[in-house]
Amino acid sequence: MSARHDAIVIGAGHNGLVAATTLAKAGRKVLVLEARDDPGGAATTEEIAPGFRVPALAHLLIRLDPTVEQEMALESHGLRYAQRDLSSVALDPEGRHLVIDEKGLDGLGGRAIEARDREAHRRLCERLRGYAGALKPFLSRTPPRLGSSRWADNANLMRLGWAIRRQGREQMREFLRIVLLNVADLVEDEIEDPLLQAAIALDAVLGGHAGPRSPNTVLTLLHRLAGEGDGLPAARALPVGGMGAVTEAMVRAFRSAGGELRCGAPVSRLRVDTDHVTGVVLSDGSEIEARSVLTSTNPKHAFLDLLGAEHLDAGFALRVTQIRMKGATGKLNIALRAAPEFKGLPPERLRDRLLIAPSIDDMEAAFNPTKYGELPETPPLEVTVPTIADPSLAPEGAHVLSAVVQYAPYDLKVGWAASTETFKERLLNLLESYAPGLKGNIVEARFLSPKDIEARLGTAGGHWHHGELIVDQMLMLRPLYGAAQYDTPVAGYYLCGAGTHPGGDVTGTAGRNAARRVLELEKRP
Amino acid sequence: MDKDLAFVAVLFSSSGRKLIITASNGPPKGGDASPVGEADRLHGRRGMAQEPYDAIVIGAGHNGLTNACYLARAGLSVLVLERNEYIGGAAVSRELHPGWTYTNCSYVCSLLRPEIIRDLELPKYGLQVIPYGGGATLMRNGESFSYYSDHDATRREIARHSKADADAYERYGVDVMRQCRFIRPLLLRTAPDPTSWKPRDLMELLFIGKRFWDLGEREMCETIRFWTMSIAEFLDQYFESDVVKAHLAGSGIIGTALGPYSPGTAYILLHHYMGEVDGSIGSWGFSRGGMGAITRALGDSLKAHGGEILSASPVERLLIENGRALGVVLENGDEYRAKIVVSGMDVKRTFLETVDPADLPEEFLKQVKRFKIRGSSGKLNIALDGLPIFPQLPEDSSIQYGEKHFSESMEEIERAYDDWKAGTWSRWPYIDMLVPSQFDPTVAPPGKHMMTAFIQYAPPYLKNGEPWDGPNRDAFAKTVIDQIATFSPNFKDLIVHAEVRTPWDLENEVGLTEGNIFQGELTFDQLLFNRPIPGYAQYRTPISGLYLCSSSTHPGGGVMAAPGANAAREILIDLGARRSLREMTR
Repeated sequence: MSARHDAIVIGAGHNGLVAATTLAKAGRKVLVLEARDDPGGAATTEEIAPGFRVPALAHLLIRLDPTVEQEMALESHGLRYAQRDLSSVALDPEGRHLVIDEKGLDGLGGRAIEARDREAHRRLCERLRGYAGALKPFLSRTPPRLGSSRWADNANLMRLGWAIRRQGREQMREFLRIVLLNVADLVEDEIEDPLLQAAIALDAVLGGHAGPRSPNTVLTLLHRLAGEGDGLPAARALPVGGMGAVTEAMVRAFRSAGGELRCGAPVSRLRVDTDHVTGVVLSDGSEIEARSVLTSTNPKHAFLDLLGAEHLDAGFALRVTQIRMKGATGKLNIALRAAPEFKGLPPERLRDRLLIAPSIDDMEAAFNPTKYGELPETPPLEVTVPTIADPSLAPEGAHVLSAVVQYAPYDLKVGWAASTETFKERLLNLLESYAPGLKGNIVEARFLSPKDIEARLGTAGGHWHHGELIVDQMLMLRPLYGAAQYDTPVAGYYLCGAGTHPGGDVTGTAGRNAARRVLELEKRP
Repeated sequence: MDKDLAFVAVLFSSSGRKLIITASNGPPKGGDASPVGEADRLHGRRGMAQEPYDAIVIGAGHNGLTNACYLARAGLSVLVLERNEYIGGAAVSRELHPGWTYTNCSYVCSLLRPEIIRDLELPKYGLQVIPYGGGATLMRNGESFSYYSDHDATRREIARHSKADADAYERYGVDVMRQCRFIRPLLLRTAPDPTSWKPRDLMELLFIGKRFWDLGEREMCETIRFWTMSIAEFLDQYFESDVVKAHLAGSGIIGTALGPYSPGTAYILLHHYMGEVDGSIGSWGFSRGGMGAITRALGDSLKAHGGEILSASPVERLLIENGRALGVVLENGDEYRAKIVVSGMDVKRTFLETVDPADLPEEFLKQVKRFKIRGSSGKLNIALDGLPIFPQLPEDSSIQYGEKHFSESMEEIERAYDDWKAGTWSRWPYIDMLVPSQFDPTVAPPGKHMMTAFIQYAPPYLKNGEPWDGPNRDAFAKTVIDQIATFSPNFKDLIVHAEVRTPWDLENEVGLTEGNIFQGELTFDQLLFNRPIPGYAQYRTPISGLYLCSSSTHPGGGVMAAPGANAAREILIDLGARRSLREMTR
């Protein structure tokens, strides 16, 4: 039995590290235990061929929480950006692409943009950002508990109501109309350009098990927009050294706050004394004592494997099993001998976020087979070429391409073992049709299905957000009521991962919220 | 053949006998299917340029008539204008083939609010609802799942498919009933405007808020989840057996343009569970004489209180001056004036077809245009020479009398929806099939039977702009008939006459835009204070003196009559604010 810690954090992904650092900076004695040999979780850089380093999973910093960045002084711990504010380029099969950025819309290769669409897009963005701005403060707060007699919970609920109400009558009406709408209806009502429609819709469904015509997807879009980076809503950035650089800086921040990180130390279960947690048991059988334990693993693993259903009441345990967390997103990483040449795309635009989603109908058609555990013909892709901004990731003149593959079902009926190669080939052909010659330059290509992601991260279902991010699993319902305030039915046990409010993406907000909750509930003895 | 028959097809049954399938688009052939005859036309005393009515109601469907009944009972002079030769709207029964009464739109009764039945004394005017029991899903492997009106029998049947599901069924029943209890009192209340500071809206919000808060944490959270989840996810929480889930899921999709995997469909389940027959909650029944008997009773109740109905009087436009509705102009040029006009048409028809856009605020018009009305269903009404046999169901069981479905898994229903999204009718549609003549001998000649089959999904517009009228309708009918015949060997030989109703037919004849049976999708953006348009959810419109009472308004579709009753209450409140309209005009 080693010395007692104030807190043990399970998992050294970004949320675990943020939670641990926040506690350490508050003077707690913190130990982080990571099952894998390296920290980083979903935000890592990995070498897939000699000299070629790719973002293994997450490939863009969509919205690292600025408060987290500041509190952990990530910049002084070495986090640098290779590029900020990536524009989005919606790729057209004929090479007449559409650029979407802060300034508005721009056509490439002779693409004409209707003045009406331009105006409609500007107004739609303004409207959505207004709503997202109103919701933003709630991302960094503990979700209120419904039916609670605590003043803080009810005040928080009232603040939420007020944030919606104070926008003014028309805005509030519009908000209440669209909040549970499907994103396809929202954009089709306003915008005519199918490429632009699809580009907006893709942001609403990326990472989730939903099609653009699935109701409630506007809320997912608002949730994504509510994040903020560098003062610009939903600004996307690429760190120098790839996504792994983010978690590396976090590890340094954590260590400099006095924390201890132990890798290759998988936790097999918690030590529980009647109704409270007393520490953890590692897979080698050794035990570590701690006053509280936080886990950044997914909620199913946290409750059913680490804690054990026997410590929960039957109804709660049943609801844990019902959390929806089947991933529908895969990842394709490619090492290339030369820069890809997309039809009609000027080379300087390669640094942007490239979207392959020709129309909403195409996206929906790709979603359809996913529902039945079948593979889509042409899945929408979000492509980046991080080596343009950060050449250090590949040998001289060579490049890496990273693509998020939206719609690759977790429960593939025929099994992934039989299909990974076929599907990878299909994806490469899809890319080839946009960037002729790409296939000839491939050094190495790897596809990670949700099953692979599950095996890699221990995230049941391989879901990027540790649980579907949809309205019935949001706020006080995330991951489930009774554990939505980061504390759980077992005293001293907390959740701090993406499975909790406000959910996934490399933000660190969930970890910070959880740590603050621990500090609130566990005053120093 | 009469050219009014929009569609005539000759199919050959397996025995080679000719059968005629028609979709009637015109007046009924013979019989007394039209309950409003010349006498009623003469009954209309006040014509053009005469003393104005207190209220004109457009459309003699169940909501229009309910609205008119309440207004007439409050002492107003009311005129109901109906474009067809017969009244009923989507609650209608007519003799389309000699001897058989076709209830060719809505076909079963449960949602009609008991308060309205009581207030308008409908039993006195002939309404009689006969409950029917349960239903079954027939599977292609010869198995079946039966759902009995008897709880224990259903439990035993579920246990046959899965023991765990039989236990879960208890939980399921309690949970769904709890949601029903929460929502039922809201049906006959006007939805509060959450952006308003008016005392009435605030009080109503408090009322709902308090009811919600009183549920406690667990139930509050479950309620939020229930309102936003898909029916598939909701059922997954309880059941493991595919066929059990598929059977129950039907209620979550009927009438909507969503699949069982679409979020928001769990709530639609309630639209099919919150009704009752004679106080037995969740039961369904047939109204004796067909659904037309409901509107007939409403019509008689109206006439007994001085209301007038003018059929075959399609409204061309509303008379609007200075933002105020003054009356209507019929297609034949006749003008009728009234203090107020109530539209029983859906919100799109009302504002896009009978109102000059110049009379409407721009933003409102935009919202009307984007109101989602998506037809997703069709119907086959079939006159039968005898009773079709379903050999895989126990003989002599009450289940022979229930509704029948042939979709055995959630995936099958979702795939049917995918076909709809692609602009074609489902290859294996979800069918809700009943033979009402088993309970109600008045709808078919002795020994003969009448079948009604509700079919989902069928899109309002076929892909590539193909017309519904013609070979596509035939092919659609064939899909359905073949599916039923898969399970009933004698079915095809029994067909005497069939009426096929595609969304296109429903739009053209009944006036349901895109053939949507709810006059607007039941998704959150179009429910409660959002229905039909945010800010205009209290039956009033931007035009003063013009009200809406159709299913486009809260609480939405189904033969519930709640929108009609709620609109009447709002109208009477407005009139009451100025004491009585009568007193003012005298």
